[in-house]
Amino acid sequence: MNGVHDMGGQQGFGPVLFEEVEALFHADWESRAMAMTVAMGASGQWNIDLSRSARESLPPAVYLSSSYYEIWIRGLEKLLLERNMVTQAELSAGQLIAPPVKVNKVLTRDTVDAALKAGSPTKRPISQPALFKVGQKVRALNMHPQGHTRLPRYARGHEGTIVSLHGGHVLPDQHTLRALPPFNVVVEWLYTVVFDGPTLWGADSDPTVEVTVDAWESYLEAVA
Amino acid sequence: MTGHSHDHDHSHDHDHSILSEMEVRVRALETLLAQKGYINPAAIDRIIETYEKEVGPHNGAQVVAKAWAEPDFKAWLIQDATAAIASLGFTGRQGEHMVVVENTPDQHNMVVCTLCSCYPWTVLGLPPVWYKSAAYRSRAVLEPRKVLADFGVPLPENTRIRVWDSTAEVRYLVLPKRPHGTDHLSTTELAGLVTRDAMIGTALI
Repeated sequence: MNGVHDMGGQQGFGPVLFEEVEALFHADWESRAMAMTVAMGASGQWNIDLSRSARESLPPAVYLSSSYYEIWIRGLEKLLLERNMVTQAELSAGQLIAPPVKVNKVLTRDTVDAALKAGSPTKRPISQPALFKVGQKVRALNMHPQGHTRLPRYARGHEGTIVSLHGGHVLPDQHTLRALPPFNVVVEWLYTVVFDGPTLWGADSDPTVEVTVDAWESYLEAVA
Repeated sequence: MTGHSHDHDHSHDHDHSILSEMEVRVRALETLLAQKGYINPAAIDRIIETYEKEVGPHNGAQVVAKAWAEPDFKAWLIQDATAAIASLGFTGRQGEHMVVVENTPDQHNMVVCTLCSCYPWTVLGLPPVWYKSAAYRSRAVLEPRKVLADFGVPLPENTRIRVWDSTAEVRYLVLPKRPHGTDHLSTTELAGLVTRDAMIGTALI
């Protein structure tokens, strides 16, 4: 989806601003929002690609005018509503009205550490050989899927060079096609592709710049 | 900008009506999710505690210092960062697949996530506000040299800048150049020189 979240190369956001005193969280609700999102992710009712997709498909004006953890909360509410895990009336009331749905897993204080230490690797065995090799020229497809994708717009249609192979990884574009487990898992080779700055940004751009993108195999085509 | 502040200063110049609206909204959500049995508030506390007190840039600094001090570890780190970093006990969420990129006299590396906020939590903790900002996400790939100037980092004109956009589940850590005159320092002392921003590629050491 050509969403507002796909920010690479957009202009007009001004200088990068720094906080004089950095705080990990700027209010208690931010820390609760972060941790609830992590904990609900562990419930297994969605996957990381579905949660990204929920945030990215917020209305553009809402996305741009929301703070970071506000986007997380809006995304979380959306994921819960879509799965009938909560109702709008319950969100408004802050109280249980309807019975819960069954979830795969609920983190407890005793299981948090192990869950965080394990993470959620996306690397999977892959039997078919990789189509591309290191040093090979490839082109990022000029594609504009309606659904979730991780190929940023600024790279689309441009030629780059394969820098490395990362093995088989779960393809986000397919991983978002089924809302509930078992999710739609398609494994593809994942590559890092480097693009010259002037290829992406024009002949008058800084020639010393290179940008890499991590791209699944179906995002790429060979250049003859 | 060398590390996290744990001082929760609530006197920022924010719109407090919006903050309190979010406070209410998030509390309501937590109450509801706990009543449903989907979350356990003690688990929420433990997750916060982990990222406030335990996981942070001091982890990454240990990785960098060890790489500076031990050529074999550095070689392993470049070859298989996930395994080398795991050997120090840093594994898990948002660090499942690690790549370390080394700054050299010819090439400076810098990390961004233009699509969201992907960041190597296991070695750097949670990202700072600027890393998640629209300004950084939009400009880092388009005009990294100007962004570095915002950070007060002057690079020689002919130094190549490679910007790593974290568009998949690979997480990047920059291995900064070891400063001159540090041969006599212990690994612990070296770790004390390593800043978070240097490991993102928006600072030099």
